Amino acid sequence: MRISNKEKAYNMMFIAPALILFMVFNLYPILRTIQLSFFEWNGIDRHMTFVGFQQYIDILFYNPIFWRSMLNAGYITLLSLTLQNGLALMLALLVNRQIRGDNIYRVIFFLPPVLSGIVVGLIWRFVYDGNHGILNHVLVYTFGLEQFRDFAWLSEIRTALSAVTVVHMWRGFGYGFIILLAGLQTIPQDLYEAAEVDGADAWQQFKYITAPLLIPVFTLVSILTVLGSMQIFDLIYSMTRGGPAGHTHVPITRIYEYMSNGEFGYATAMAILFGIVLLVVSAAQIYVSKKLNR
Amino acid sequence: MNVHLIKKRILDSVTHVILITVALTCVFPVFWMLSSSLKTQDEVFTSMRLLPQSWRFSNYLEAFVQADFGVYFLNSLFYTVVGVFFIVFITSLAAYGFARLEFWGRNALFYILISTLLIPIPGVFIPLYLLLKNLGLLDTRTGLLLCYIAGGLAFGIFLLKSFFDNLPKEIEEAALIDGCSRFGLYWRIALPLARPALATLVIMNSLTIWNEFLLALVVLQDRTKMPIQRGLMVFQGTFITDYPMLMAGLTIATIPVVVIYLFMQKHIIKGIAAGALKG
Repeated sequence: MRISNKEKAYNMMFIAPALILFMVFNLYPILRTIQLSFFEWNGIDRHMTFVGFQQYIDILFYNPIFWRSMLNAGYITLLSLTLQNGLALMLALLVNRQIRGDNIYRVIFFLPPVLSGIVVGLIWRFVYDGNHGILNHVLVYTFGLEQFRDFAWLSEIRTALSAVTVVHMWRGFGYGFIILLAGLQTIPQDLYEAAEVDGADAWQQFKYITAPLLIPVFTLVSILTVLGSMQIFDLIYSMTRGGPAGHTHVPITRIYEYMSNGEFGYATAMAILFGIVLLVVSAAQIYVSKKLNR
Repeated sequence: MNVHLIKKRILDSVTHVILITVALTCVFPVFWMLSSSLKTQDEVFTSMRLLPQSWRFSNYLEAFVQADFGVYFLNSLFYTVVGVFFIVFITSLAAYGFARLEFWGRNALFYILISTLLIPIPGVFIPLYLLLKNLGLLDTRTGLLLCYIAGGLAFGIFLLKSFFDNLPKEIEEAALIDGCSRFGLYWRIALPLARPALATLVIMNSLTIWNEFLLALVVLQDRTKMPIQRGLMVFQGTFITDYPMLMAGLTIATIPVVVIYLFMQKHIIKGIAAGALKG
């Protein structure tokens, strides 16, 4: 059936509100970011100085502060990928054993992920508090570890980043757990029954049935973990604001800082470089998982 | 009792011990927030009792009135309700268009839209800040709302389009013959059928907007317009040691989320899992 132009125009009305909003508030900002990254601009002056790739080069080769923040985010991400996702996988396997109360566990494990980053950060700031925090109280009075009396976890250079990472993982593991559990439940039960008949033990069943079928789901969880951990902001902002002495700064807190200091062009170049890093890492993960799946 | 059964019993017990330990770790900080919100400042500083000595519910009154958490709470409610309403209306309309109707550049537009879901765009708050400034919408409720609505577009259209794609066309074709308009088909037939997907959309976006912080930080300076996440940081910056009051504020910010979560957990957990596995 041919549709008249008049009808097509009428149909356009359905997507018009979304389209207009999308172009103004999603598409235009992306293009604007790219454009700004080639200019030196303080956000106020009428005049913007075109500098080509100068800001990119400066960030890549002469900005240790930015790379330091990248390393910090990398540290958080690496621990999340291993410890947090390892825990999530273990819990998903345990709950999937048709255990009593599995729904209660599911509800409780997913509680931290629904809380806001600010709320989680501020609760844990209180828990970590050197003088009045319950963590030190337990360490000193229950375990007799005197060295933790008045120990300020979040202002000590040695512990601040790890302390934040623990909270990030506390908030994040439930998310991976839910997705992995859903993935496990899509594996047909009769595969295991057949394996049992053939005399496969639990480890063999895991190795030859569960693991290969779970790889795509695990890859997805890993990608979400990388994107979420690298772009961490709310937790850092509410717990340390990048301190002590920049030891918990991450890319987004730096980008925000540069923007607040009026270096709009420089901040956008940083955002784009960071976006490229995220894309490359995600693509690499998909590539590796495809290789593994063969 | 045979060996197999005993082995299973032991395995089950070990499993429960592990799971309960993790569950306690999840719940304790939230419990500690609640408990501390009902203590006095003195008690927080001197004792670590699990429950408050005397339950100071007046902390909440003070938090609501003196610390402005009442204002922040109402602001958050406003942003969430209005934002979610527009997201659902705009995305369902567009998703119906993409799923059922013909117009110029339909596929191209859809793919451009969806690609923003896949490409990470950190730092997009910078151009948004500049855009709102140029539009004269910086530090306004409208400006923040527009950012929130735009942020929900791609996911909403993606979710609802795949839902509409799976709806049988026959009902709509029959209604079309009976003289129902295109908009009528969307409004009277497709939208009511999409209720489960709409519920997912409402819940996910409510949580996202209620918990959002970064855009609120960039867009707003005026305290009377701030949502509660932003208000919490303002309070924390000014009254750094008033822990019971801060915990009361945190609880106020958390109660709606937890209530919605507990009532809708099936939807949320299914939505997360299904959304992730599809994508």
